[in-house]
Order: sequence, then structure tokens, then C-alpha cells
Amino acid sequence: MRNPGTRTWLALGRCHLLSWLAVAETAVWSVAALAVLGLPVGLGFVLLAPAATGLRALSNRSRRWLGTWSGRPVGGPDALPARTLGRSRRVFAILSDEGFWRDLVWATVDPVVGGLLVAVPVCLVWFGAFGALVQPFVWQHLGPDNWYAFVPVGSTPTALVAAALGLVFVLVGVLLAPPILRLHERWSRLVLSPPRHAELARRVARLTDTRADAVDAQAAELRRIERDLHDGAQARLVAMGMTLDNATRLLDRDPEAARQLLLDARDTSTRALDDLRDLVRGIHPPVLADRGLGDAVRSLALDSFLDVDVEVHLGGRPPTPVESAAYFAINELLTNAAKHAGARTVRVILDHDGRTLRATVSDDGHGGADPARGTGLRGIRRRLGTFDGTLAVHSPPGGPTTVTMEIPCALSSPKTSSSSGTD
Amino acid sequence: MRVVLAEDLFLLRDGLNRTLREHGFDVVAVDNGPALLRALLDERPDVAVVDIRLPPTFTDEGLQAALQARRQRPGLPILVLSQYVEQLYANELLAGGDGAVGYLLKDRVTNTEQFVDAVRRVAAGGTVMDPHVIVKLLSRSEARGTISSLTPRERDVLELMAEGRSNAAIASTLHVSESAVAKHTASIFAKLRIAPSDDANRRVLAVLAYLKR
Repeated sequence: MRNPGTRTWLALGRCHLLSWLAVAETAVWSVAALAVLGLPVGLGFVLLAPAATGLRALSNRSRRWLGTWSGRPVGGPDALPARTLGRSRRVFAILSDEGFWRDLVWATVDPVVGGLLVAVPVCLVWFGAFGALVQPFVWQHLGPDNWYAFVPVGSTPTALVAAALGLVFVLVGVLLAPPILRLHERWSRLVLSPPRHAELARRVARLTDTRADAVDAQAAELRRIERDLHDGAQARLVAMGMTLDNATRLLDRDPEAARQLLLDARDTSTRALDDLRDLVRGIHPPVLADRGLGDAVRSLALDSFLDVDVEVHLGGRPPTPVESAAYFAINELLTNAAKHAGARTVRVILDHDGRTLRATVSDDGHGGADPARGTGLRGIRRRLGTFDGTLAVHSPPGGPTTVTMEIPCALSSPKTSSSSGTD
Repeated sequence: MRVVLAEDLFLLRDGLNRTLREHGFDVVAVDNGPALLRALLDERPDVAVVDIRLPPTFTDEGLQAALQARRQRPGLPILVLSQYVEQLYANELLAGGDGAVGYLLKDRVTNTEQFVDAVRRVAAGGTVMDPHVIVKLLSRSEARGTISSLTPRERDVLELMAEGRSNAAIASTLHVSESAVAKHTASIFAKLRIAPSDDANRRVLAVLAYLKR
């Protein structure tokens, strides 16, 4: 957290940036307006695409600033029609693009509203600086009609008054910067946020995608379970039945051979149980069901060949599907750290900030993990997508690697262990 | 010998009950967590055989009851059975450091002699760990290079020692003489720098502690 002084000066600097942006908006807006008006005479066909691109660059710049400065990102419109369309088709596509018109409206109104708003502290500070730092030295050369604001500067005392007034202006300008910037933020959020129906449309598109992924993943999982049962436990039970049948027939004739077959059948039953155990562990690990995510991850840490340090700060349990997704993701990341990153120690941190479950897995391996290439990381990202979860990978070549997963969810209150009360 | 048996599935409870009675145990059977805790504290059993997953929560009810009872009666011998073995649970059972615990896969009851032997060993204050737990610990130690100095035969002996077996049992499993086993164990303790102990239970706990590093 920065101290208030630094924040104030930062706000003043940002007001300066925004006022330059307003100037740039006006310039690009003129070109865009000229392009739209010049469409009938053909001029628009040349100017519109670059003007629209310029407007979009400015509005996106403003959105980025808004997002970073306030810590709350602003969604942008869909990208402008691509260059590959051909000039005239692209022009029509731009004209029918809602984002372009919103940019144009923004560039029309923002310089007047937002621009004038941020101009207040900027002008106060510079005008005050002029009064305090320049007037005292130049008033003698400016003649008898020299005024500074409402002070006629014609003598040393009045020059001192002007200097004092200038200092007051600077002070007021500096102090005004933070509230003005907050006001500007609210204004910009109003005009730059995508309209609700656009956000909803995008949300629907995303939900459709993630639902398709979830359905695919589930179908694949069921197929895997069916195959594992068929090739594993089922096959072993069939073999066991045959062995028992043989043993029954040999019971009178060759008791010793029958005895051997019965022992074989017992071994086969043990192996069938092993198969079923592995299968269940892959579906929903018992320790996860028993104890929740924290202990399940500790259990993974104990099984890992690496030194895994687990820190859990969870006040309750996330919903079961979220727990399961996080568990399997962490399992995969631990495997990656051992197999691909050549890591020796791994640190896993689980916490929840009231809205989002965050799991951070960092290792001391050689890095270079790329979610665009590794199918594992891509798979995790897809599975987290079902819960609106995100995966961020920071893995420079040479390491270390830090993977952060975030899943929005609520925690249920901690289950009180039934054996904790004695009677 | 008095044994408290906690298992919620009727077929298994009945089977275990019969097996234990056949081998001369006096059995008190319960089928849920709260009843188990009461029985452990009131019946004063010589040993308890407890399924981890019990009603009413069907989570680790049995383990929680066992740990709770051992907090109130330290050293109360308990053999925990489960469809799964978790290193985490093994650690919790061993945490007291005074043995008289066992942790076995339910499959092991199919071998009656070994199962009853395990119950007796736990009742006598010994430590019994499922081979699955030990195999995992050993493969982890191997990957981390902490037992690379051992010969293959010494590794086998270490595995059986960690399961809680006596020198005599190890000798018969590996088909060697007891003195050969004693030689191997001495060499293992020297190589891994574990303080040797004549107390069988302390020996198991020391080996497990080494493997958990």
C-alpha cells in the first residue's frame, strides 16, 4: 500500500496523462467524423478503417488505465473487423459494428466531460506554479496591466500576494487530483463498459463452450471407467470364477491341486480389489471425501517423491466439484514438477479470500512451462473453466515456476467432527 | 482376550466376528462411530479392530474415534482396517510414538492366520503396517536416494521390518536363518545410522520414521 502523499502525486500525474488522452481523442475523433461524413464522396472508404483503429486504440488504452489504476478491470468490445476482409466490406463491417459507434460517442463526449474534469487540477497546478514561480520575476517587465487571477500585480507586495495565491492554487490542485480522478473513473466506467446485452452474449458464448467441454470431459471419464472396469476387475472376477470352478472339479480327485487353485483365486480377488481401489482413487479419492482439500493435498505431498510443503488457510470446505477439480489439478502440477521441471522442492498454498479459492503451486525446477504447448496445463485450464476458474502460469526459462489457480466459490462452514464431543 | 470390533457392513462384521471367536477372542461388535467410542472407553478391550469408514458420516469416523480413544487412554491397542491406505492416516496413528497400532487393508482379512497374527501383535503393543504403505514409503525413499546404500536383500529385510515383523517371521518369509536376518538388520541400522534397539516395537517405529523423511 502506498502512502497517501505518493497516492496524491500519482493521481496528479494520471490526471495529466488523461488530459493528453482527451486531446488525442479529439484529434482522432475529427478524423473519424470526417470519415463518416465523407462516406458519400468516397473519402470515408480511405479514412474510416484507420480512424476506427485509432479510436479503438485510445478507448482500449483508457480501459487498461482504468483497470490497472482501480484494480477492477473493464471489459472491452469485440475486436474490430479484420484487415483481411477487403476495403469496402471492411468499411461496412465497421459501420455495423456496435463497438465502433460506442467508441465514436465516447470520443465525442469524453473530451468535454472527462477531459474538462481532469483539466481542473492540471490547470490549477500549472497556473498556480506560474503565479508562484514566474510572476515574482517577470511582473516588472509586463507593464501596468499585469493581473494574476484577480490580483493586479504591480509592486513587490502584490507580487508576493500573487505568489501566495499561486501556492494556494497548487495546493488545491494537488489535493483535488485524487477525488477528481475517482470521479473520472466512475464516468469512464459508465461510458467504456460494454453494454449489458453484449456482456450477456459473451457470457452465453463462454458458458456454451465450457458446458461442451464439461460434457466431453465427463463422457471421456465415463468411457475410461467403463474400460478400466472391463479390462480390470471384471476380467479378474471372470478368471476367479473359472479358477473356482476348476478347483471344485479337482476337489475329490486332486485336493492338493484344488488347494493351489483356491489360493490362486484368493490372489486374484486381491488384485481385483487393487484395480477397483485405483479406479476409485481416480474418480474421487477417499481422503478428499473424508477430510476435504487441505488434508487431501497433504496426502498428495506425502506420496510425492519431492519435498512438498503445504500451507492451508481455508475456513471451510469448497463445494465438492470444486474440491475435486482443484485436487486433480494440484496432483497434475506436482507430477509435472517432478517429471518435467526437475524440481526438488514444491510449495503449495491454499487460501480463500471470501470469494475465490486460490491454489498456488511453485517449484524450484528449471521452468519453461508453456500452457499453450503442454496438453496437461491446457487440460487443467479447460477443467477449471467449467467453474469460471482461471490458471496463470509464470515459468521463465531457468525457473522457478509458479502456477496460480483461482476458482470463484463459497466455502461451507467447517464440518464439526462427530467424534470431537464426548459423552 | 477381549476385542472391540467396529464394522458397519453386516457380512464383514459377521465374518470377522466368527473368525475372531474361532481364535479364542471375546468379541464386542459395534456398527457406528459413537457406539465405537463408547465401547472403546467402557469395555476396556485388550485390542480393537476398527473399520475407518463408519456411520453416521461415512467418512473417517472410525479413525477419529480410535484417535480420540487413544488420547484418553494412551497406548490402547487399535488395529485399523480400510479399503484404502493413506500415508496421512498412518502418520496420524503413529503420531503418539508408542506403538500398539495397526493399519491394514481390508483385503488382508482374507488371509486368516496373518490377520489374527496381526491382531495379536497389536494387542501385545506391536506396530503393524500394511505392505501397501511400506511399498509406497520405500519407493519414495528410493527415488529420493535415502536407501541407495542397501543391498537388494537388505532392502527386502527393511521392507518386512517396516511392516512390523519379527526376525523369526522375516526369516521364514525370506527362507533364511534368523541369524542371517540379524546380520542384515545390524548392517541396515549401521548404513542408515539408525540407533539399534532390542525392543521390537521401537525398532519398527525407528525404521518408519527414517522412511518418512
